[in-house]
This record gives sequence, C-alpha cells and structure tokens, in this order.
Amino acid sequence: MADSTLTIDPPQEQVGDTTGSAESGSRGIGRAAVLAHRRSPAHDLVEEMEQGSGERVRLRELPFLSQLAVRAASAGRSSAAVAGALGVALPSRVGEVTGATDGSGVAVLWLSPDEVLAVGQDEGRSGLSPDVWSADVAQALASEPGQVVDVSANRTTLELSGPCALQVLQKSCELDLHPRVFPVGAAVATLLGSTGVILWRTGEQSWRVMPRASFATHVVRWLLDGMREFR
Amino acid sequence: MLIIDCPNCGPRPETEFGYGGQAHVAYPADPHALTDEEWAQYLFYRDNPKGSYAERWVHSAGCRKWFNAVRDTRTYEISHVYRQGDPRPDLSKGA
Repeated sequence: MADSTLTIDPPQEQVGDTTGSAESGSRGIGRAAVLAHRRSPAHDLVEEMEQGSGERVRLRELPFLSQLAVRAASAGRSSAAVAGALGVALPSRVGEVTGATDGSGVAVLWLSPDEVLAVGQDEGRSGLSPDVWSADVAQALASEPGQVVDVSANRTTLELSGPCALQVLQKSCELDLHPRVFPVGAAVATLLGSTGVILWRTGEQSWRVMPRASFATHVVRWLLDGMREFR
Repeated sequence: MLIIDCPNCGPRPETEFGYGGQAHVAYPADPHALTDEEWAQYLFYRDNPKGSYAERWVHSAGCRKWFNAVRDTRTYEISHVYRQGDPRPDLSKGA
C-alpha cells in the first residue's frame, strides 16, 4: 500500500464501501487505482487458456481471491475465536471444507491439524481488503495462541471445469478422485504432476487448482497440455 | 511406489513425503560433555537393520507434519504409523 513508487492518478471510481480507509486517502492514491494495477500470476495466459478450452473441458484463472493462513490448534479457544470472526466453523479433518464449499463465499479449507486456509472473494468484488480482513480475524484471536496471515498473493486459483475435467486431473494426480472418495466440497493439498497444489472440488464437474503463484505458468501449461485431447 | 498412511491425511503416494532417517535419536542432554567420538556417533551413526526400522517421515506436499513409521527394510511394508512424540510401538507383538 504505502509504496512511494506508485505514481498513478487518483481514481474517479470507488470499489465497495470499505475502500479508501486507512491505507489510501492520505497519499492521494485510491484503493481502486491500486487494484486496477494488479497483475495476476496467469494474466498473460488468458488467451492460451481460452484457446485451449472447449465444450468438454475449460480452464480459467480466478485471480486475486483473498486468502488467510490461519494457525490455531483445532477444537480450542483459538479456533473458536477465529471461527467467530470468519463467521464459518473451522474444518477439523482432512479434505473438509466449511462455509461456501462451492467457492461462492468465504470457505475454510483444512490443511493440517493446526492450519486452515480461509478463502474469500477478490477485494475488487467484495470491497474487503485482505489486510483488513486478516487484521480483523487476528484481533479476534486476541491473546489466544495462533496466527493469522494474509497470504492472498501466495497462491492463485485456476478453475478447471467441464465433463472431462476429472479425466484431465486424473492424468497427473495420483489420488483417488472418484466422488465416493473425493466428494463435491472436499479439498486437499497434494501433488499435481510434481507441483504442490490445493485441489478443491467445487462442483460435480468443477475443480479449483491452487498452485503457488510462481508455479502458475507451469501448472496452466501442464493442464492445457492435458486438455488437448478433449478440446 | 509406496503408499504411506499419513496419520493426519490418510493413505497418500510416497512422492508426497520426505524422508527423515532413523526415528528416536535423542539430542544429547549436554552436547559439550560428549567426547568427539560420542558426538560423531550421535551425528553420523545410524542403525542399519535387516527388518523393522522406525523412521521419520514428513508429509511435505500435504499437512507438512512429521511423523514416525516402522518400515520393514526387506519388504518395504510399513507396519505402524504413529505421531511424533509417541513411543515406538512394541514390535514383539507382531504387525
């Protein structure tokens, strides 16, 4: 936010109600202008993804989803405090996602016994800046042991959907992705090829693949390669 | 490919895990009191059994937690998986 190298004009438009508060204003740089300058990790692959998509399988990026890494011992006062601030009960076992398991709102993904990932909407859509969100949740933690960190830039989100999406994933993920084992609304951290990703089934034929930002290009091209036979 | 049963995540392919060597090697209470030979024993010398071996593994692509597993070095069969800090299971009772 307080980046002195930003020399952009104050914007005319505002996004949401909560923008333009503490972190903008004083420098004359509106939050909307900052948001307009964001570049998502796969933004230069938009055309490739469009060309590689077809009726049977489609790939696109869902950029800039807000993400909070929460460390809190499960079933303790810390996790209760965090759950209260998020408005979503925390998941307690592998694969479990609580909240909006289809990704339409705030969802909380189980990552390990003392770590969950809260995923919300893009600030440009929700008007809620991830730093404000993480500060709110951290404040709810008060003096309980735990940690809340804004990791929105850590991973990007790719959405793979269509009747053949499962077959594309099965080529490079060794887990059993059958709905009996991996139902809609489940998410796990695993490997896609040799890349660590979070794999989240948001619908019968729709998946979110969340690689680290620096792996985005590789994972997009990897998936596009797997999609070629279904185009 | 081994299928390793992570205590937190359930069965996952071996490629998701990292190997941490022999389990239950305790850090010396007072390293400065050791002779060079004892220190070298602690640092470099590990058991090399033919049979059950308690090892440390980390589920690096999943929950990122360390745990212990008892693996048979002849058959690669993993007979026990248990959490870090738990005692080594009694192997005399059989797998």
